[in-house]
Amino acid sequence: MAFSQRHLLGIEPLSQSDITAILDLADQYAEKGRGTVKHGDALAGLTQINMFFENSTRTQASFELAGKRLGADVMNMAMQTSSVKKGETLIDTALTLNAMHPDLLVVRHPHSGAVNLLAEKVNCAVLNAGDGKHEHPTQALLDALTIRRAKGRLHRLNIAICGDISHSRVARSNLILLGKMENRVKLVGPSTLMPSGAAEWGVEVYDDMVEGLKDADVVMMLRLQRERMDGGFIPSEREYYHRYGLDAEKLSHAKDDAIVMHPGPMNRGVEIDGTIADDINRSVIQEQVEMGVAVRMAAMDLLARNLMVRRADKGEVYV
Amino acid sequence: MKMLLENAMLIDPENSEVQPGAVLVENGRIREVWQGAAPNGTDAPRIDCRGKYLAPGIVDIGVKTGEPGERHKESIRTAGAAAAAGGVTTMITRPDTLPALDTPETLAFVKRRGAEVSPVRMLPMAALTKGREGREMTEIGFLMDAGAVAFTDCDAVVTDTKVLGRAMTYARSLGALIIAHPQEPGLSNGAAVTSGKFASLRGLPAVSPMAERIGLDRDLALVEMTGASYHADCLSTAGALPALIRAKAAGLDVTAGVSIHHLTLNEFDVGDYRTFFKVKPPLRAETDRMAIVAAVADGTIDVISSFHTPQDEESKRLPYEAAASGAVALETLLPAAMRLYHSGDLTLPQLFRAMALNPAKRLGLDSGRLTAGAPADLILFDPDAPFVLDRFTLRSKSKNTPFDGMRMEGKVLKTIVGGEIVYDRDTA
Repeated sequence: MAFSQRHLLGIEPLSQSDITAILDLADQYAEKGRGTVKHGDALAGLTQINMFFENSTRTQASFELAGKRLGADVMNMAMQTSSVKKGETLIDTALTLNAMHPDLLVVRHPHSGAVNLLAEKVNCAVLNAGDGKHEHPTQALLDALTIRRAKGRLHRLNIAICGDISHSRVARSNLILLGKMENRVKLVGPSTLMPSGAAEWGVEVYDDMVEGLKDADVVMMLRLQRERMDGGFIPSEREYYHRYGLDAEKLSHAKDDAIVMHPGPMNRGVEIDGTIADDINRSVIQEQVEMGVAVRMAAMDLLARNLMVRRADKGEVYV
Repeated sequence: MKMLLENAMLIDPENSEVQPGAVLVENGRIREVWQGAAPNGTDAPRIDCRGKYLAPGIVDIGVKTGEPGERHKESIRTAGAAAAAGGVTTMITRPDTLPALDTPETLAFVKRRGAEVSPVRMLPMAALTKGREGREMTEIGFLMDAGAVAFTDCDAVVTDTKVLGRAMTYARSLGALIIAHPQEPGLSNGAAVTSGKFASLRGLPAVSPMAERIGLDRDLALVEMTGASYHADCLSTAGALPALIRAKAAGLDVTAGVSIHHLTLNEFDVGDYRTFFKVKPPLRAETDRMAIVAAVADGTIDVISSFHTPQDEESKRLPYEAAASGAVALETLLPAAMRLYHSGDLTLPQLFRAMALNPAKRLGLDSGRLTAGAPADLILFDPDAPFVLDRFTLRSKSKNTPFDGMRMEGKVLKTIVGGEIVYDRDTA
């Protein structure tokens, strides 16, 4: 098991063995999470700061719980009500926090690349919890773990990612990860929500759900942001649901044992039919949430180990 | 004041020649040009050029100086020093200052500052509309009297076609040149990069290259309607070129330019959100870059500029979307242009036609030539001298160059303006 990274800024820098290392450890944490004693001490004595420059309930809670289960001191900073409002730049905020000697910094930011920028300025491990339309690596990892547990493997699967690809960091991280693990990835969505150049990514692009879902092992639905529903990108919510919402009829074109995924929060009746989302034989949406905690525990554990090794090697001094 | 520059390789953009020769400068002008050795008998002090290249000084359309309003980013003094060190003998400055240069009074202030503190010539452009807001035209006549050499709202596109059409009609009656930034703002608003595979993977807001063609098509239709003199400041896409070629063939008074960055860099250079590569329009695909280089070679694109845009560290050390656009380039224009020479894409006469002769001609200046009678605005440079650029050695106040840390070739040895040496590497 080899995990070589200093930060987790995206899936793009990860190798196959990095991904496998995280997933293998996450499997162990998932088992532990189902037991009575969920607590460990891998991060005991370490400080984890969650900086969310964009609203989040689920991801932030998941990171917080993951840190606490490993014994870290976890601090949540709601950046929208903080000094950022007073005009402080991202870099100054980062340097201020850095002076508090955190060991793990979990960052979500509305601008693509903002977490990369921040990571250059601090000497702890940085985890990207979503930056703009760029990446959301822990989401892709938890999706991968969910798939691997449901399908018994994470290669040579036929996977359809459906909906608003263009604005989705989840889609980007997922298609990079699934591509790295040698799966057949299909992007399905209206052409107005398909990023330009998508066809050059080594994926197949469809604007028809029936064609796109054909023979799929995994159907990943994406959330359609409310503000994109009217007029700008699609004509209306109901037309979107009719053409791209996942219902039993459309799902019937996938394989009989295809699983259905959604990163949440769901818009029932927009991108997914409620009965599909609740179908325990098809939907793994609840398991995705469970795997989220496990994957974040694993990622933070591995990053903390590398951080300790680096500090020991270099005798790194805080500034 | 006389000087004899001998043992030089003379770059003559008018005749597309490079040959050994000598130049006699007297009273601020080129008195004589000889091929081969200089004759004996002149009493002028001799400067031995040691086989290095002597060319007309660069005439750079579109320099931003930061005065008035942004002197913390660049002053006319520091821009002038950078220009002298970079071989730019005439800066044509932009009116996108704070406030915009839209009255004869502010223009006169800038012109006076230029005369006082800049070692190289400085000629200001004025805004085309008041406040660069695209609603009312400026006092084009008064501004010309005050010394405006062209009229432009820079990157602010005049979206109201009627306003632009009227300004063109009025400008035509005065013989004023309009410079515009062809762009369809409906498509380009908020964009940070060119749309495509790279932009989508980086998750950055992107503009289709088609936005430039749409903007140019509209502007050229208005030129056809009004008969105005028009220069597109920076064409960067292959898709815009056919419209330009058609307009020129139809005899419209149209020229076009490109920035040195769009000739030497492409969208992939942005890499991991490197904001020093954020320019406007955004860097393009390699196929576009190659098409634009070819268009400079065949004369479709007339002018190469630096689009020198100083930005302080605070404006650039931000997430890519939020960071300011622009790059300083007065001191890197020549070495960057030498990349195109060393790669075999453009010859030295082609480069100096685009950097000196054509911009001077377009603005009605008699510089940009290596001919007897022309102003003695000259640069002596070594196109092969290698160096690694350290941005903190730049004379500009702002250090936002995309070429930081890159290996470059081409050093300016001497810059001469009006017969005076304003920069000498030996003593600098």
